[in-house]
Amino acid sequence: MDRKIRVLIAKPGLDGHDRGAKVVARALRDAGMEVIYTGLRQTPEMVAEAALQEDVDAVGLSILSGAHMALVPRIMELLRANGQENVHVFVGGIIPEEDVPALLNLGVRAVYGPGTSTSKVAEELETWVLGKQPE
Amino acid sequence: MDYAEAVRSGNRLALARLLTLVENGDPEGRKAMDALFPYTGQAHLIGVTGSPGTGKSSLVNQLALAYRRPTAGAAARRVAIVAVDPSSPFSGGALLGDRVRMRDLSGDPGIFIRSMASRGTVGGLARATAAVVQVLDAAGYEIILVETVGAGQSEVDIARLAHTTLVVEAPGLGDDIQASKAGILEIADILVVNKGDRPGVESTERFLRNMLEIAHPEMQDEAGNETGSGNKKTGWIPPILRTVATRNSGIQQVLEAIENHKAYLQSSGEWQRRDRDRLLFELNAILRDQLYARWRQSLPEGAYNHAIDLLMERKQSIYSILEALLQYHA
Ligand SMILES: Nc1nc2c(ncn2[C@@H]2O[C@H](COP(=O)(O)OP(=O)(O)OP(=O)(O)O)[C@@H](O)[C@H]2O)c(=O)[nH]1
Ligand SMILES: [Mg+2]
Repeated sequence: MDRKIRVLIAKPGLDGHDRGAKVVARALRDAGMEVIYTGLRQTPEMVAEAALQEDVDAVGLSILSGAHMALVPRIMELLRANGQENVHVFVGGIIPEEDVPALLNLGVRAVYGPGTSTSKVAEELETWVLGKQPE
Repeated sequence: MDYAEAVRSGNRLALARLLTLVENGDPEGRKAMDALFPYTGQAHLIGVTGSPGTGKSSLVNQLALAYRRPTAGAAARRVAIVAVDPSSPFSGGALLGDRVRMRDLSGDPGIFIRSMASRGTVGGLARATAAVVQVLDAAGYEIILVETVGAGQSEVDIARLAHTTLVVEAPGLGDDIQASKAGILEIADILVVNKGDRPGVESTERFLRNMLEIAHPEMQDEAGNETGSGNKKTGWIPPILRTVATRNSGIQQVLEAIENHKAYLQSSGEWQRRDRDRLLFELNAILRDQLYARWRQSLPEGAYNHAIDLLMERKQSIYSILEALLQYHA
């Protein structure tokens, strides 16, 4: 049986920069994962719908607009409503330090600031999904 | 969870999970497919293939929107999309980006989009795609659009899966080389020249028409005038249609051509024939795999390596070894 980790990389919100999201998407592909990329300006409903149809193991949200405290809770709520409470959610982009605990409290697995190495993201993701320990 | 029952009753999470199971070749997925099989054979399977970047996803997006609009003659159809992208041969991972062009389709419960990586082998992809399509068919999607890149062996296999295959070209891609190399005429039921707003459309169309005329001499009358293309008594001649997918131009004509092709398939008996070919192809492929696996299991430890050694030492020929190895078949 051929199981692959499936990840959705989404850019909710209105900012128009997706370079960071694409870098992460490529890095996860290079780590052997199947990465679904949905492009710019996704609403929380679009993110949750794509996560459902694609039956992903994880969702990575790239948010630079400062709207994370509005977007992330809504996405978590929609994922739960769809029966996807076990999907691992991580957030990247520009997130002020003081907002991190609140996001983690919502069930977000990790918040990655600018400059996080992509291999760290890939390793942690594997740990969550496969229960595998990083080396 | 009883996947088959949940999928039949419209549970989208169950559908998504079952698609994962069948894609992975999981035995639980196979069990559900047994139960779902009687409900398959209803959908119109439409393959959309062509070189990278010709606008396949943009076209699929427009076609899906069009199918969702009820018309005087028909109610809105439920549409599933399977978008296949290549896996990286190095990492085994894949970047699946076709949804980027399908934003317009979000929020519509009558649409289900699934991205798929090509993964390992050519035959494996065709089988996984066939299984995924079967599940969507049983789930009640009436139109299933399957997007694949290129025109290699995997596209030919996927074309075998589809009732109607659209080959999407665009101007300025070095058409001559790509089209002839790919043997697209053999798999195309409808040729779409997308990016009709770009320079060079006419020459792309001319090139395709020339290729078609070689394959279908009946397209010209005795004086060498074109008699047009379309549904003829002599068979189906692929129409060449110009679109601008980003501006929703020419889409209606593509839709009509798809409907005409379906009518042609049904009236000529070709629909049944394709269904039979497809099921036979699948059965054969699975049979080969399973017979091989069983035979391999029935071999005593070391017998295979011993056979290879005998071959390398030139003590026995391949056929005489074969006789010996086949003795073990349970
Ligand atoms: N000018 C013009 N651009 C188009 C048209 N259709 C698509 N495009 C653009 O062409 C690019 C590729 O379009 P896609 O729909 O992603 O093409 P594709 O064939 O699905 O691409 P792959 O899946 O990567 O092979 C995008 O930038 C589209 O906006 C068209 O009719 N005219
Ligand atoms: Mg595409």
